[in-house]
Amino acid sequence: MKYLVSLLAGVLVGISLFVAVLIHNPFMADRRLSPISVTDAQVMSLSYANVPSESIVFTNDGESRQPPHPAKVLQLWEAPIRLTSMMTSVMRDARGQTAGIGVKFSSRSERTRLLNGEALVDSAWYIYLPGRGSLFIEQSENYFPFIREVAFPAWRSSANNWKGTWLGDMTAGPGALGTARVTGGTGTYKGLETDGVESLSARAYSADEGLVSAEGRLLIELPSIVADDASQ
Amino acid sequence: MKTRLASPGGIVLLKTFIIGILLGIAAAAGALYAYPAVDQHREASIVAVAPNGGNVESFHVTIPMDRIMVGAPGRKQPLPPGMQWPIDEELSGIRMELFKVRNARDIVIGVASRTSARDVEVVEWVLHLPARGSLYVSMQAQALEGGIRLGEITAGSREFAPLNGFMTERWVADKSGEQDGPSGRIELRANYVGEFIPEDEEGLE
Repeated sequence: MKYLVSLLAGVLVGISLFVAVLIHNPFMADRRLSPISVTDAQVMSLSYANVPSESIVFTNDGESRQPPHPAKVLQLWEAPIRLTSMMTSVMRDARGQTAGIGVKFSSRSERTRLLNGEALVDSAWYIYLPGRGSLFIEQSENYFPFIREVAFPAWRSSANNWKGTWLGDMTAGPGALGTARVTGGTGTYKGLETDGVESLSARAYSADEGLVSAEGRLLIELPSIVADDASQ
Repeated sequence: MKTRLASPGGIVLLKTFIIGILLGIAAAAGALYAYPAVDQHREASIVAVAPNGGNVESFHVTIPMDRIMVGAPGRKQPLPPGMQWPIDEELSGIRMELFKVRNARDIVIGVASRTSARDVEVVEWVLHLPARGSLYVSMQAQALEGGIRLGEITAGSREFAPLNGFMTERWVADKSGEQDGPSGRIELRANYVGEFIPEDEEGLE
């Protein structure tokens, strides 16, 4: 009996050790420098409130950490869309002025490999900027650094929350440099094919309710012709 | 205690504990490797071959059951209730709707947005099917004969990334006369055309 207890205690310690190494693994480096920030081309910046209660509409399966907003919105409870969320938000330019409207579709990815430090979400943005045109952005986002540095400390804290400053690039593909693929649809952006990166700036997180204070930002590289047209 | 651990029984106990640790590490790593952290529910795609080439897939949105949001300025009864559409001059010409999307078997398989804007006279759809990818379609604002609106598949992600083609949109009013029945449905018909890959390149892959 005592050998069985010893074995089980060892198994529990082993699992705990594995989880600790997985979370604190120094070899899983964070990608803090965006490839877009070192480009020579012009870059368009669009920011949005990344907290459901500050968005226009946010919906998911209704049982996730982030509650839908407004409360009576239709929820995505059907099996094929249960791991999906949708958010509509006002997009603001670098000066904080309203630039347009965007909708983000996010689904947990089956390519998630926690062993490799990948907690992936497949997401797509549709953004309409009046007077300029529309953009479609497809990307894979990696939430592992966020889980490791924000969500896990919040879960471990006695108050179940985290406060601080966390800034990280979420985009992890499909571009070779870990960038998102951006396609222009109409207006000035018609025919545009370029790269983008989405980043998240978090200031407060609750283990019970998710993000409390956070802002998202999309950086989109603009070829010179499009940038000149947009500025006119 | 020292003597107990140093005894043959104590050493076996320590060895069992260490074996347990190794087993625990191996079990956790094996479980993470073998079992997918995310398992998206899949519905079989219902795709038909078009007579003139390409593949055809039909989707529809039942109105009002599948409507999640209607975003437009000046609506007296917002959908969803409690939504506050931004009062901003910049956004006054935009109408954005969000829906659930069903396949030909009437099963919800994804979500979609439909956006129309006055300044560039366009209607745009984004279909997001979680297990497969997303489709981005730009349509002509003016409907053709029979109320059909035609659009080009501008971009796609994952399964839809290598596909070109077009999609049509049509409003079909409900004529069943049921009291609690839908008012109608938006029918979407996508015609996919794959990218041509020469045989040599196919062989190399």
